[in-house]
Amino acid sequence: MNWVTAVPLQAYLTLSAALFAIGLLGVLVRRNAIAVLLGVELMLNAANINFVAFWRYGSSANMEGQVFAVIVMTLAAAEAAIALAIILNVYRRFKTVNVDQINLMKG
Amino acid sequence: MPAGSEYLLIPGLPLLAFLLVAAFGLRPQDERAAPVPIIAALCGSLYLSLRALAHVAAAGPQEFSFPWLYVGTVQLDIGVLVDNLSALMMAVVSLVSLLVQIYSIGYMKGEIGYGRYFAYMSLFSGSMLALVISDNIVQTYIFWELVGICSYLLIGFWYRRPSAAAAAKKAFVVTRFGDLGFLTAVLLLSSFGLGIFGFTDLAHAAEQGALSKGLITAVCLLLFCGAMGKSAQFPLHIWLPDAMEGPTPVSALIHAATMVAAGVYLVARTYFLFALAPAALLVVAIIGCLTLFLAATMAVAENDIKRVMAYSTISQLGYMMMALGVGGYTAGVFHLTTHAFFKALLFLTAGSVIHALHTNDMWRMGGLGKRMPITSITCLVGALALAGLPPLAGFWSKDEILSAAWYSQLPGHWVFFALALATVFLTAFYMFRLWFLTFTGGERSEEARHAHESPWVMAAPLVILAALAAVAGGMKVSVPGSGEGFGELIRFGDEHEAVSRLAMALSIGAALAGIALAWAAYRANLVSPAAFNARLPRLYRLLKNAWYLNRAWELFAIRVVIAGSVLFAWFDRHVVDGMVNGVAWLCGAGSQQLRRLQTGQVQLYALVIALGIIAALIAVLGGAAHGLTFIGGGR
Repeated sequence: MNWVTAVPLQAYLTLSAALFAIGLLGVLVRRNAIAVLLGVELMLNAANINFVAFWRYGSSANMEGQVFAVIVMTLAAAEAAIALAIILNVYRRFKTVNVDQINLMKG
Repeated sequence: MPAGSEYLLIPGLPLLAFLLVAAFGLRPQDERAAPVPIIAALCGSLYLSLRALAHVAAAGPQEFSFPWLYVGTVQLDIGVLVDNLSALMMAVVSLVSLLVQIYSIGYMKGEIGYGRYFAYMSLFSGSMLALVISDNIVQTYIFWELVGICSYLLIGFWYRRPSAAAAAKKAFVVTRFGDLGFLTAVLLLSSFGLGIFGFTDLAHAAEQGALSKGLITAVCLLLFCGAMGKSAQFPLHIWLPDAMEGPTPVSALIHAATMVAAGVYLVARTYFLFALAPAALLVVAIIGCLTLFLAATMAVAENDIKRVMAYSTISQLGYMMMALGVGGYTAGVFHLTTHAFFKALLFLTAGSVIHALHTNDMWRMGGLGKRMPITSITCLVGALALAGLPPLAGFWSKDEILSAAWYSQLPGHWVFFALALATVFLTAFYMFRLWFLTFTGGERSEEARHAHESPWVMAAPLVILAALAAVAGGMKVSVPGSGEGFGELIRFGDEHEAVSRLAMALSIGAALAGIALAWAAYRANLVSPAAFNARLPRLYRLLKNAWYLNRAWELFAIRVVIAGSVLFAWFDRHVVDGMVNGVAWLCGAGSQQLRRLQTGQVQLYALVIALGIIAALIAVLGGAAHGLTFIGGGR
């Protein structure tokens, strides 16, 4: 029992859930496309915390949790690059990054 | 050669001739050879049917069939049934066909569509023979419709003439009225009648009581509906006078001798059913009796030579039907046979006259006896045979019908006898009116003064048919090929064979009176028809307009059919279309509402996705307590 395990799993999960909720809220309510992207990043990192926490408290001695966290980080980096490129193009097309005003797909 | 294939050749040969002519004989440069295959084929058919007649008269009925289709539990066969009735009928059909085709070579010479004419005619002959030889009712129906379409094609042969096209259409539609009954009868037999269609099997089943009385009566009445259409029985007779728009040999073959007799043949073929349905027989007798009398009255006031004969045909078909109805099976079929000869003869003589004069109006003829002696004499033979004077064919058969009505067990058979006797008088009158107007007296037109006798190719069939019409009554004693008398050959059960001498004398008397009146009115000018018409203008108009039955049908068509159509059109437009359009409208309106969901707002979509996931999680985990403890309790 070291200092890390002194913190119970519930604490990690609570932190992760809070981060995920904040990220989701950001995605749903912020108007700025970049802020929406930030929310997405928060949600990804909330998932990462879960991965690592379950790995640490899990019975398995394997590295899956850590490996998954690294993969998610890679994906998040790639996703950020693509999303920023899209946002840049959207700005050029619409002269705004306000997602409320980008509703070409309205039926 | 498989058994029965010899019989298949009887209808098969003319059908092959049809294929041959249709494939190679239609171009103008090939047309001259078109009559050759059909005449050769009909010679073969005639020879084979006479052989078949001799064979079955000695050896009894022959039947061959093989399965054709299985529809559910119902099995449809194709087969031939050769018994005395069908063999005799085939001999008559192929003989008259052959003579009419030979005649057509002369009559149709130089016509546009010469090859087409012979192609249709051979298709007709083959179909008619196949109809006769069919061993089951479905096959009969198929060929029944085929002869109907041939009739349509040949009535409308001169299709550029609007009246011919209209007449063809009328014939087709009116007979279709009757055919609907025939088809319903077939369907009734297939759904309620054990699914058997073969005539032999049906006769067995009916004999053993496997078919209910009600079913038999219904089937008989419906079959008779079909027969009424085909055999031009009142009130479906209106198509036959108009059918005279076709070439005259067509009228002689199809609308006098063979196809119109198919209705009589159908009733005779299914007589084993009619014998068990007295109500249906009574209907047959009443309709036949009405037809024979009404049609004869219509013929009296007609001036078109062919239409007189058309009404006469209707009337004679009525005789046959009435004979079958009052129980004179032999008499009906005998009259069918003799009538085929003398009526074909009469039509061909009319054709000969029309060929020479290019008019149908009897008032533009006259005095042709000197210029066309063969036509005149053969027509006289035919007229005497039709009027029923001994020793010509019509006398013997008509006399048997009168006797059958005389001795009939039916209620009110005196009425049948009286009307039939009155019609003997009318028949003699209208026939000799025709003959006197056409062949005696002075010429009433320029064409009549320059008429010439027809070429031998037309005259020869006239002479042969006249000889047949004169001696066909001898079949009463001995049918050629079988050596038996007609009564022994064609019979149903033990029929009353007695011939009433009184009926015979009355019929001869009535015929002579009719001829005498015609002579007095149209030859000797002792009585004036014009004065008679002036005295009774209403009667004259009634007869002249054929009892206004055409008008009645038109009114029926306009009032009832159009009114019904309006109703159905409304139903179609508003209910049937309404349902279809309603479904489309519902989809459209629903989509209009649904498209509002598609806001284009990405965040709204994300919200819906999130809420959806939450709902899904609650649904999956809601009941699973251990899942909740896992999330809540850790390890």
